[in-house]
Amino acid sequence: MTIADCPGIVIEGLTLRFGERTIFQNLDLTITGGQFVVLLGTSGVGKSSLLKIVAGLSKASAGTVRASDGKPLQGRIAYMGQTDLLYPWLTVVQNVMLGTRLRGEKPNLDRAMELLKRVGLAERAKALPMELSGGMKQRTAIARTLYEDRPIVLMDEPFSALDTFTRSRIQELAAELLVGRTALLITHDPFEACRLGHHLVALAGHPAVLGAPILVPGQPPRAPDDPHLLETQGHLMRVLTELETE
Amino acid sequence: MTRQTLSKILRPIVTLVVMILVWWAITAFTSLPPYMLPSPVTVAQALVAQQQTLIGATATTFSEIILGLAAGTILGMALALAMVFSPLLQRWLMPLLLLSQAIPVFALAPLLVLWFGFGMASKVVMAVLVIFFPVTASFFDGLRRVDIGWLDLARTMNASPWAMLRHVRLFAALPAFGSGLRVATAIAPIGAIIGEWVGSSAGLGYVMMNANARIQTDVMFAALSILSVMAIVLWVIVDRVLKRILYWAPDTIGVP
Repeated sequence: MTIADCPGIVIEGLTLRFGERTIFQNLDLTITGGQFVVLLGTSGVGKSSLLKIVAGLSKASAGTVRASDGKPLQGRIAYMGQTDLLYPWLTVVQNVMLGTRLRGEKPNLDRAMELLKRVGLAERAKALPMELSGGMKQRTAIARTLYEDRPIVLMDEPFSALDTFTRSRIQELAAELLVGRTALLITHDPFEACRLGHHLVALAGHPAVLGAPILVPGQPPRAPDDPHLLETQGHLMRVLTELETE
Repeated sequence: MTRQTLSKILRPIVTLVVMILVWWAITAFTSLPPYMLPSPVTVAQALVAQQQTLIGATATTFSEIILGLAAGTILGMALALAMVFSPLLQRWLMPLLLLSQAIPVFALAPLLVLWFGFGMASKVVMAVLVIFFPVTASFFDGLRRVDIGWLDLARTMNASPWAMLRHVRLFAALPAFGSGLRVATAIAPIGAIIGEWVGSSAGLGYVMMNANARIQTDVMFAALSILSVMAIVLWVIVDRVLKRILYWAPDTIGVP
């Protein structure tokens, strides 16, 4: 897949209300095709709800989400949740091929094994999720996401449950394997955001609004001691604090 | 054989032997008349002497229980699935199901015998009445409480509602279903035996009623011991099968 094929995401006037409470209001965001964008926000600010709306899993109170090429988004999105969401009754390789199983299509075992090799789990293909460590489960989830081969990948803090070092390795793996796809990752971790994103956007306040996109120089995944990363991280902390207190 | 499996086999045997010894001691060292509490030896003799009757009766009761368990499980699963599919159906069905459990089976037994006859049918119906509810309740609960993340993931993969039920909800609900089926298996003999007490011409319950009328307490005990062995064996088999099916949801008790 080339970057030119990859649709971007256009979010316009997105508003979410639960009864009287407005979670976020009038969000506008354009994600260029093939870019890795990280949406950063404190917990409870509506990040997950926003991602679910983009994924078509729940409805917004107002506003639209569409693909930049005008075709429907549905069927072109792969989703990674806050936990690995592996089905415990399926083996690792069956989990990777979940999409074809659910759609009643013929599974592509060669492709699944190839992807498992890329995430370093080819030997554990027949294991059950309960036999895996947290990092291995998350790597399986990445292989499952790639197996779907969708141009847009949405990620809801998929690495937050991992320990620091495992997280760092999985972040790098995800960044490498998702090159060329349009990716939207939400996280509460400025460090993760600065490592992985081409662009960062902060979501903060009550009701929440989006900050101006921040461009991080250099290509992700950035080294943990990358000076750009450290500088942006500091800047980001300031922006978030300002948005929260406004 | 490892020490663990050895002790696993030995434990129930030890329990059984101790219980029989206590029982024997009570009959040997107290002046309880045998028609109140026969000794284990007398019961064993009754088992042998009444062999023919008891084997036939066991076959009848066993068939009733198995048929009731099978029909009750199928009915229980069907009701749970129907309620998951249609919230409307759930609102109408749930009060009825609760009502069916609020009326004691004992109270219904004479009616059921009247409607379904003295034969096996009324006992199977009674067993079904006792069995289906734990299956329905637990399976329905399991089907409802599926991790929303699993369903969301399936939806982004364009799974049809049918595929979500077949590949996600059904499997996710299996552990809960298993608990329900274990309860159902344990109480399955209740329905059959009550049915036989109220009106029948065969089965262990019938043998017990007859023996009771003739003060053949030893025969009652013989029938009772067969019934307990049958119930335990049945439960062990169901438990084993469930563990085999639920290999991915292991017991976490005893895991350090």
